[in-house]
Amino acid sequence: MSQNIKFVQGNEACVAGALYAGLQFFAGYPITPSSEVAELLAARLPTQGGKFIQMEDELSSICAIIGASLTGHKVMTATSGPGFSLMQEALGYAIMAEIPCVIVNVQRGGPSTGIPTQVSQGDVMQARWGVHGDHSMVALTASNHQDVFLMTVEAFNIAETYRTPVVLLFDEVIGHMREKLVVPQEGEVQLVGRLHTSVKGGVDYHPYLPREDGRLPMSDFGGVHRYNVTGLYHDMWGFPSSDPKVVHGLIRHLVDKIENRANLLAHYKEYFLEDADRVLVSYGAPARSALHVVKNRRARGERLGLLELQTLWPFPTDIVREKCARAKAVVVVEMNMGQMLQEVKKAVEKPEQVFLANRIDGVFITPTDIQNILRLIQGKGV
Amino acid sequence: MERVRMVFSGSGGQGVITAAIILAEAAVIHEGLNATQSQAYGAAARGGATRSDVIISEGEINFPKVIQPNVLVCLTQQAYTTYYPILRPGGLLLCDTRYVTTERKADAWQVELPMYQSVMEQIGKPIVFNICMLGAVVALTDVVSRDSVMKILKERIPAGFVEINEKALNLGFDLGQAKKR
Repeated sequence: MSQNIKFVQGNEACVAGALYAGLQFFAGYPITPSSEVAELLAARLPTQGGKFIQMEDELSSICAIIGASLTGHKVMTATSGPGFSLMQEALGYAIMAEIPCVIVNVQRGGPSTGIPTQVSQGDVMQARWGVHGDHSMVALTASNHQDVFLMTVEAFNIAETYRTPVVLLFDEVIGHMREKLVVPQEGEVQLVGRLHTSVKGGVDYHPYLPREDGRLPMSDFGGVHRYNVTGLYHDMWGFPSSDPKVVHGLIRHLVDKIENRANLLAHYKEYFLEDADRVLVSYGAPARSALHVVKNRRARGERLGLLELQTLWPFPTDIVREKCARAKAVVVVEMNMGQMLQEVKKAVEKPEQVFLANRIDGVFITPTDIQNILRLIQGKGV
Repeated sequence: MERVRMVFSGSGGQGVITAAIILAEAAVIHEGLNATQSQAYGAAARGGATRSDVIISEGEINFPKVIQPNVLVCLTQQAYTTYYPILRPGGLLLCDTRYVTTERKADAWQVELPMYQSVMEQIGKPIVFNICMLGAVVALTDVVSRDSVMKILKERIPAGFVEINEKALNLGFDLGQAKKR
């Protein structure tokens, strides 16, 4: 058998994806259920010429990767809810200063220290709006280890292409479960590298002057150019500015570069949607339970389908509206109190036909949980 | 092959989770099958009740947890009491005679083997009790070959310990083979 076939936890699939994508620097503070990401990278990253630092907390972890990214490296940190809360301030800084970085959040039950060893998807809205101020955000997820690998690579590609932080929003079931992963050969999955400026040393470099295609070439900090990086509104030199034109232009740029590409950034999978009269919408580990139900009911002739979202933010409004257009009922399957439910309601034409199948007790949602909701909305009781 | 849904249960430190991982890994790496392995996570590393779910199948596995196992392994009385009721009717129940006293009343293929006792008498090291159990499971279920498990053991275990693990695997396999129906 090929030595590229591995039997690993989802956290290890994430590590494999990050190394494949060219991760060079990781700083983190281990926390359940993401600890294996740090543990494995501590062993592997130094053997591949990278740097691993265990930091004193999550605030310093994200600050360290932001600094390392500026010096020209592909960077990542990994945490769970409590640590993700601590990272919000610097996450906003990375958005404002347009610094490519990847933040893994393997979700557990919250708020606060919550329920460390159990599964949840309670951080979906935090990923979108945990940072203060108007902004946009990219967050990806996956429901199996092959996709964890691919979405991790994609997170690095998006981060580099758009100079933005990207959040990988996994969950405890995916993080800890073991299953097959086939690691692609070198070159099989496309990688996006750092776009460096062609401006030579000694010549003025404008760190925030976009090229014609909108991309901002970077110069390794500490290298041949001197420039300013700030969380304040700034001009093309990176210096603070309160000029209304500059402020307006920058906030529009930060939001539009993501939101205008919502369809381009939308990764999703669809199952049996062609003729589905009822559509399940799910993401992360619960999409596995949803797919189990769909296959099971299809075998009995029911016209049930599944739309699995892999890009959570920017929310793929157009795609959700289109895929749910013919459905008499839409059921959102998630492990929180309906965070994505509201987005789906906003996207579809008939929000009153959108229902929630959820679980918020730390127990992984079962096919029976979903089937009960399907029965209820058909007026069949449970 | 039929989809096999297994629950391995016992107490922390007995190695039930390690055994479950080895079995599932053997299925994926050396038999070309699909498998998932998951476990109930708690704070206790030793002494607490532990459970690991394994599903092995030729087809795709979506829901990764086991609700009704057709193979249940119990290595403590507490595990037996907790999980015996979820065994699928007609399924295999494997217990260790030293740790579990069973009540013979349900619709199950009950196999009770002196695995711990045999390990202590013939190898003398309780650390390979879990591998002996794995040998018995492989013999009773044919879910993967003994060779595939041995290959994983050789990859995972430090060279100095391979021999006693191989002995334990064979010991369990022979115990299971003798009870095969």
